[in-house]
Formats: sequence, C-alpha cells, structure tokens
Amino acid sequence: MSHFETGIIDITYLRANGFLPPEEREKKGPVAVIECIQEIPCNPCVGACKFDAISMDGINGIPHVDFTKCTGCMSCLKVCPGLAIFIQDKSKAKPSVTVPYEYLPLPTKGGTVTLLGRDGATLGTGTVKFVLQTDNVSRSSLVSVEFDDSALCEQVRNIKVG
Amino acid sequence: MEDNRIAAHPILAWKRENPVRITYDGRQITAYSLETVAMVLYAAGVKQYSTSSRFYRPRGMFCAIGKCSSCMMRVDGIPNTRTCVLQVQDGMNVETQHGDGKFPGVQAAMRGVKEKNVEILVIGGGPAGLEASLWAAKAGAHVILLDQNPQLGGQLVKQTHKFFGSANENAGTRGITIAKKLVEEVAATPSITVYSGFTAFGWFQGAVCAADQDHAVLFHPRKVIVATGAAEKMLMFKNNDMPGVFGAGAAQTLMNVYGIKPGNKVLMVGAGNVGLIVSYQLMQAGIEVALVIEGAPRVGGYLVHASKIARNGVYIMTRHTVLEAVGTDHVEAAIIAEVDENWQPIPGTEQRVECDTICLSAGLKPSTELLEQAKLDLAYTGELGGWVAKRNWAMRTSNPDIFAAGDASGVEEASTAMMEGKIAGLQAAYDLGHADVPVEEQKETRHNLDDLRAGPFGTKICIGLKCVEVLE
Repeated sequence: MSHFETGIIDITYLRANGFLPPEEREKKGPVAVIECIQEIPCNPCVGACKFDAISMDGINGIPHVDFTKCTGCMSCLKVCPGLAIFIQDKSKAKPSVTVPYEYLPLPTKGGTVTLLGRDGATLGTGTVKFVLQTDNVSRSSLVSVEFDDSALCEQVRNIKVG
Repeated sequence: MEDNRIAAHPILAWKRENPVRITYDGRQITAYSLETVAMVLYAAGVKQYSTSSRFYRPRGMFCAIGKCSSCMMRVDGIPNTRTCVLQVQDGMNVETQHGDGKFPGVQAAMRGVKEKNVEILVIGGGPAGLEASLWAAKAGAHVILLDQNPQLGGQLVKQTHKFFGSANENAGTRGITIAKKLVEEVAATPSITVYSGFTAFGWFQGAVCAADQDHAVLFHPRKVIVATGAAEKMLMFKNNDMPGVFGAGAAQTLMNVYGIKPGNKVLMVGAGNVGLIVSYQLMQAGIEVALVIEGAPRVGGYLVHASKIARNGVYIMTRHTVLEAVGTDHVEAAIIAEVDENWQPIPGTEQRVECDTICLSAGLKPSTELLEQAKLDLAYTGELGGWVAKRNWAMRTSNPDIFAAGDASGVEEASTAMMEGKIAGLQAAYDLGHADVPVEEQKETRHNLDDLRAGPFGTKICIGLKCVEVLE
C-alpha cells in the first residue's frame, strides 16, 4: 500500500528521490532528513537554515536539502510545523537520531526509551542523549536517542517512554 | 464525583480558578469560572443534555461551539439555551430539557432593547473577524466586534498545532499563540468595542440584533463584515445522534480549550487535515485513538499530519465508513465497513470497533444564516463547503454594505481566513471614506493569498472561487 493510503512514508520512495543523505555524507557528521514529500503551502524551514542548505520552488514547493551544506544544526527541526524533520548522525561512536516530541511524559537524559519506526512498530531500545526545548513559547521538545545499530538511523522516527 | 479534567498536557495549561457551584437536575456540581455549562457537565460525567422533541432520544453535545442545537438545556428557567457557549455562574440552575422548550414567563432579554450606531460591525471574533476589526481600526474606522463565545479567538483557541504557510505570516506558530496575540491587539485598540457572549440573530431593515442571556442590542452599522465561521457536517449512519458522537472540532474544544477528556477510546471518521490533527491532539491529551477511517481511497489531509499519527502506532484505513453507533444512551462501540468506488458499504466487510467516542471530521459548511437572511446572492459551491456569498476580490458581497470573510465565505483554513479578514476590513474602511487605508498592502495581501492557494491543495478552492468571486 502506498503512503497516501496508510500515512506511513515509504522509505524506498525517500531513497529513490534523494530525500536521504548518501552514506559517505552521513559518516562526516549530523545531517537533516526532511520527510516532506508533498506540495503543501509551507516554507519556514527554508528561512530557518543559516547555511542556505534548503531550497524550495515557491511556497508550495517540496523542500530539498543540499547535504553538502547542511550541518545538522537542528534550526529547521525547531520550526517545522509538520514535525517532519529528523537529524541522523552516523559520525559518532554511537549512531543517533533526533526527533521532535510533543507527548508526556518527557524522557530524561540517560534514560532508556523504546525506538519506533514510521509505522509505530518497535525497533528496539535506545539511550536518551539530550532533551531540548525548542523555545520558550511553543513548548515543543527535541529528543536525541543513541543506539548500537547504525542501520536504525534511517528507521527511527519516534520514541516511547518506558 | 467523576472528573474528566486533564491534569497534565505537553503543550497546554488551564486556569482552574474561582470555583463556583451550579445545580444540575437538583444535584450540586463544582465548576471553574472560565468553563461553560456544557463543559462542566461533561467533566462531571454527564453525556446527555436533552431529549429530542419528536422521539425523545437522548441528545448530547455535538459541535461544542454554539453552532448546533444539540446541547440546548433549560438554564435559570430559560429553555433552548446553548450550554456550550454559556459561561457558568455561581448558583446557576441547569435542567435537562425534555422535548421542546416551554416559553418562559419573563425573559430578561426582552425587557429593553438598547440601540447603538457604529461604522463597522464585525460579526464573529475568529481569525477573519479579528483581523478585519484590527485593520479596519488601523485605517481609522470605529468597530464593534460581536462574538457568541465567552472569549474571542474563534477556533484558533483550540489549534495547538503549529501553523503551515509563509514564514512571513504565522508559519511555525501555534494557533493558540496567534489567538493570544490578536486578542491582545484588539484589547489594546480603543476604537474596537467588543461584545462577548452576544449572538447576532437577525437583520431588521439594515440593523442587526444581537443578544446574550440578559441583554439585547440593536446595532445600526454602516458596514457589516460577516465572519461567522463554519459548522461541522453530520454523516448519515444509524444512531448518529447518540451522545458520544461528536464533531472532531468538539473533541478539540473539550480537550484543548477546557482540558476535559472527550472520551477514553476514540474512532476518528475522516482523514482530512481536521481528522488527522485532532487524532494527534487526542493522543497528546493521553487519549487512545482506536482507528482512523476514511471513505476515500487516499488520505485527504497533509501526509505529514498522517505520518505523525502513523509513527505513534495509529492505523489509518482508507475506503471505510461508519455504519452504526452501538450503545443505549451513549456510544459503546462502532460498526464500520469497507466501501466500494461509489462509497457504498460492501456487505460482509462489517467489523466492530470498541470505542466510547466517535469523532466525525467529514468537512465543514459555512455558517451563512445571516448572509441568507440579508438576501445576498449566494451560490452552492461544493468546493467551498456549501452555500457561499458571491463577492468581489475584496470580499464585498452583492449588498455593498455587507462583506463576508473567513470560513463563512467558503471553508478554507485559518491563515487564509486572516488574510480575507484583513482585505475585507480595509475595504470596508475605504468604502466609508477613511483616508489611511494602505491600498498597496491590501493588494499585496491578496497576492500572498493567491500564492498560498497556488499548490495542489488549493486547486479545489480556486475552482470554487471561480464560481463566487464574480462581482465587480
């Protein structure tokens, strides 16, 4: 079934259409993955990027990340209203993913959480690297989790506390 | 006593101060002063508010925003009171209404009608009405803003998600934050007078009459901007009037505005943006979403909204509809079935979904009662949700003294409603001869509005607008 029937974004589509960074780029440092594949009227990510790494053809365009310019700084992740941006990092001893998180309870640094995929299925457990409030007003949080298997970087898109 | 109030929420906090006591069918219930009657009752576990007038079927809340008649009760002797928009007061006496309401002996509102002259009357204090008032006032006009709810903000006050759209406007900001900003601006503008809790109910030779529980005022405006929003559509299925069947927006009002759980396990019917967003917000409030069903073969809303709930384990089933609400006096389960290409249920595909709440997000229809009463030219435009007033590019209708803006002029979303309100407010001020109208800014706003509608999600809207944006 297509993602337009299930809501579960198809990873083969992301891979085939350049939404995921190349392996050699991933080894160099953290990088943003924008899973926004539909033409919707929205553009805050473009202006939030200090490195000019996100381009879009008009306000209804699809955001395109220039992975050579992206530093994985999380500025776009903080503003995306669709909660559709994730940071993958395969450059450290332990691979990690940072996800937007708006549920209670909030996880705590160093705690163990369940890793969930795009379909909400359990992928294993991870350790919380940090929990960051995006700003004082919006009360969104960014949660970074690390784990052992670097193949999970492209899979983990949510977490569950406990 | 049962208390369905939400204690903690990742985004919201509620002011629960100044406890008051009301009497409900002889029973004492404690409430907080900012809550409305219907909300207080729901928090206390009351699901039935009245019995229907013909078959005496149990009726609960449906829209929760003063649009339908589902929550009408007898309050301090006055029948047919829409309890969802009436704030509680200490000592209030609330009674279940059985069948038609009996006309009360003395109705305070009828004792003396005040009259008021005003340059611009704005009806509805949601995103369109707030922007219309602010920009008309900025251009030098005196404005009276009416709203039937106890507080301004329209449906923005329950939009906890961050808005899409342009970074130059409000994108990335939560609806609740936008509401706060606009309401504060209105409060700081001396040339805008606000009448909260006032329902505009009729035209009388160019004058508009509005009333709350205790007062009626006849307004004599030179220009009127109708920004009355939209109401949720009902779906046809067995027992669709059973308490526990809500508009999705009602669930949002309960949990986000008042911090009250609409239920514990919810079936969401409709996977447009409203259905998807409300499903997400239900989970944020700690409520289980059993399933999301959608009659169309594809998810209708933005894929980013669908993927947010999918990655939290909620299953979306397209090509499915609801056939029946199961229960005696409130929902205990739902029967759903697969549909064919003609949206007809396929026999043998029925299944039971355990749930205590069914939320309908089957689209909205513009609230055009006042526009109809004003005898404007309307056109049925399915793309815009139903009957819509014909107008020119600046939202002026077939009566040059009446404007329409926001969902009342065609169902879209809050960002476009704000832009339409601004355009209408400026035009009304301009038509009255105010010299400070920034005409260039008005045209630029129209240009940005067209830009937002230029993508695939705006195609339907543009087709609809071709039918109604026909006046000079």
